[in-house]
Amino acid sequence: MAVLNEEQTMLRDMAREWSKNESPVSAFRKVRDAGEAIGFDPAAFAAQAEMGWTGVIIPEAYGGSDFGYLSLGLVLEETGRTLTASPLGATALAATSALLLGGSEAQKEAWLPKIATGETIAALAVDEGPRHDPSKIEAKAEKSGDGWVLSGEKAFVAEGDSAHLFIVAAQTGEGVGLFVVPGDAAGITRKSRNMVDARSHAAVSFDGVTLGGDALIGSADGADLLDQVLDRARAGVAAEMLGMAVQAFEDTLAYLKTREQFGEILSRFQALQHRMAVQFTQIELMRSAVEGALEAIDAGRDDIAELVSLSKATACDTLHLVSREMIQLHGGIGMTDEHHAGFYIKRARILENAWGNASFHRERYARLRGY
Amino acid sequence: MATIELTNPADALEAFRKEAAAWLAENFPKTLVGKENVLATVEGEAKADPDAKAWKKAMGEKGWGTPTWPKEYGGGGLSFKEARVLQEEMGKVGAWNPIGGMGVMMLGPTLLEFASEEQKKRHIPLICRGEIRWCQGYSEPGAGSDLASLQTKCEDKGDHYLINGQKTWTSGGQWADWCFALVRTDTSKKHEGISFILLDMKTPGVEVKPIRMISGTSPFCETFFTDVKVPKENLVGELGQGWTIGKRLLQHERTNLSGGGSMSRGQGPSLSDIAKHYVGVDSEGRIADAELRTKIIKHEMEAKAFGLTARRVMAESKSGGVSLASSILKNVGARITQERAELTLEIMGMNGLGWEGDGFNAAELGATRGWLWGKAVSIYGGTTEIQNNVVAKRILGMLDHQ
Repeated sequence: MAVLNEEQTMLRDMAREWSKNESPVSAFRKVRDAGEAIGFDPAAFAAQAEMGWTGVIIPEAYGGSDFGYLSLGLVLEETGRTLTASPLGATALAATSALLLGGSEAQKEAWLPKIATGETIAALAVDEGPRHDPSKIEAKAEKSGDGWVLSGEKAFVAEGDSAHLFIVAAQTGEGVGLFVVPGDAAGITRKSRNMVDARSHAAVSFDGVTLGGDALIGSADGADLLDQVLDRARAGVAAEMLGMAVQAFEDTLAYLKTREQFGEILSRFQALQHRMAVQFTQIELMRSAVEGALEAIDAGRDDIAELVSLSKATACDTLHLVSREMIQLHGGIGMTDEHHAGFYIKRARILENAWGNASFHRERYARLRGY
Repeated sequence: MATIELTNPADALEAFRKEAAAWLAENFPKTLVGKENVLATVEGEAKADPDAKAWKKAMGEKGWGTPTWPKEYGGGGLSFKEARVLQEEMGKVGAWNPIGGMGVMMLGPTLLEFASEEQKKRHIPLICRGEIRWCQGYSEPGAGSDLASLQTKCEDKGDHYLINGQKTWTSGGQWADWCFALVRTDTSKKHEGISFILLDMKTPGVEVKPIRMISGTSPFCETFFTDVKVPKENLVGELGQGWTIGKRLLQHERTNLSGGGSMSRGQGPSLSDIAKHYVGVDSEGRIADAELRTKIIKHEMEAKAFGLTARRVMAESKSGGVSLASSILKNVGARITQERAELTLEIMGMNGLGWEGDGFNAAELGATRGWLWGKAVSIYGGTTEIQNNVVAKRILGMLDHQ
């Protein structure tokens, strides 16, 4: 566990209590059963915003608390434990990072306060296919007078069904640029996708969307900015995955300590003890990597990219393992919809794909290290 | 000369081949090519297709759905060689076996071995004709891997048995006509207190409740028995012999389930083709994602080794011995099935994680559901952990430390 300051400890404890009491897995089940395209309970998100979680990385000048990425990671970890369905990570971390890192004063003033209160939900729209690949962006933003005309198809946009604001990556002719695009702009069509995690991953098409000259975030050759934004988004997803892995592991452990077969509780069987010990080991490594990446971001260190790829790759591998073991070690009961093991493995695979799977990040790590 | 020809086994087999081909030409409706629905043997036909009905009736009466079972009970009475010829001829014309389900895979062989003459005459012909669907009443909420701790009570009431208790994971329970179950007839002994009984699912006091699985389907049920009266003639074997019979039946189950590995062989596009489609290739035509490529190679090589092992097991068992390698088939088959499913998902990315509706093609949605359902393969019919126990204890002689 990272060394936390007093505010961070309070924030984490609050998030843990809230998730346990106000947003247990049964709350996610309700969202799933309701089958709404937005894939979350607006009241739960409003409660999160009320507690200030939507403004954790936003400077005080724009209505946030400026607690930093590790702090927001702690919240995402705790809400991830109970599979809380909320756009918190997408809006308050991923999309917010684009404005924080590259936004003009006017852009920040226009959007950050609304994101901080939860009034605006923002979503990052980068990928155009089923596998994360920022090198394959084909959406185009063409100069038109003082402004831009945006066209392209974005796939599996997290929280795309509810977003009031899109941060869209598009080719500008000089490179890839990021654009601020209000969700109600003419020419935007959203198509909901019904996916295993019952959350929002919309297909969003931009068909000749007219934007002002002030829509561009940073420069028209913004590949570096995109990379930095993606790294923050990845670190946030990894934090959510950490929470899921910890809770899935704890639930499995509790089950092994109660289920009896052959006149013994299962946790007495050495073969199973070792399986749990291996998972515990991997989760400890995962925690170090996840927290390490968030700390590097807060410190503005120059090894952020490396640590984030380490974090995401480790998170993918570990949650993959733990989510499989959760079902196998629960046996038949874990295969039923009545149990929540299935919720964990389904959300796990979605997040494994989000912003690059383990292979993507190992390849990236190798390139960053020069081999 | 004629007598010599007839005693030549190769010629006799050729004669059978002609007979089989002629019979198939006459009886297999061409409209059914490619229309095999393996679930029909469990769930019943979705709708009454007259051709499918006629085909099932013809195969059932001929006994060729259970080709090697004895003719006197409705089987085909064929030798293994003849059965293989029949299979080849069926393959040539696209014919498939309409007779199946748990009666064929598990109960039939067990009845042939343990049942009384009356029981065989009564039940086996109905299995051969596919007229009765069977389900298995083994597991209970408290008796999964430790099956012998089962509690469902079966009391001797003089002229009948009275059954009370609960079974779970009853495959196809909602569609089944009859159930073969393990019940407790003696509470003073663990294994020797178990008996094997057959019961009509329409008997008063039998209730089934489908269980929804993570894949969204409900192929299993919870089955409740409340004061269910069962005629005494439905006991198979001796009282207290149920564990021996039930275990034998599980061997048939595991042999069949290990076929899970067959899902990884030769059906549909290969993983590498799927990967090339979704991931693309490099300048040398290799899958663009190097790590994914390595994983696929590893998987395909293991699947190949599994195929060779399955063949070796078959060859060794035909030559009379029991193959030690048979003990690994279920676990390796399960691993390969699950690995293939996970790899398919990884390749398809978010397209492999659709639940239903627009944006996903049939193969993608099939991959998702197949991945979720496949998690059961290492749990049902003896978990991976139980199979490993069997290997460690019975084959390697590694006893418990106490």
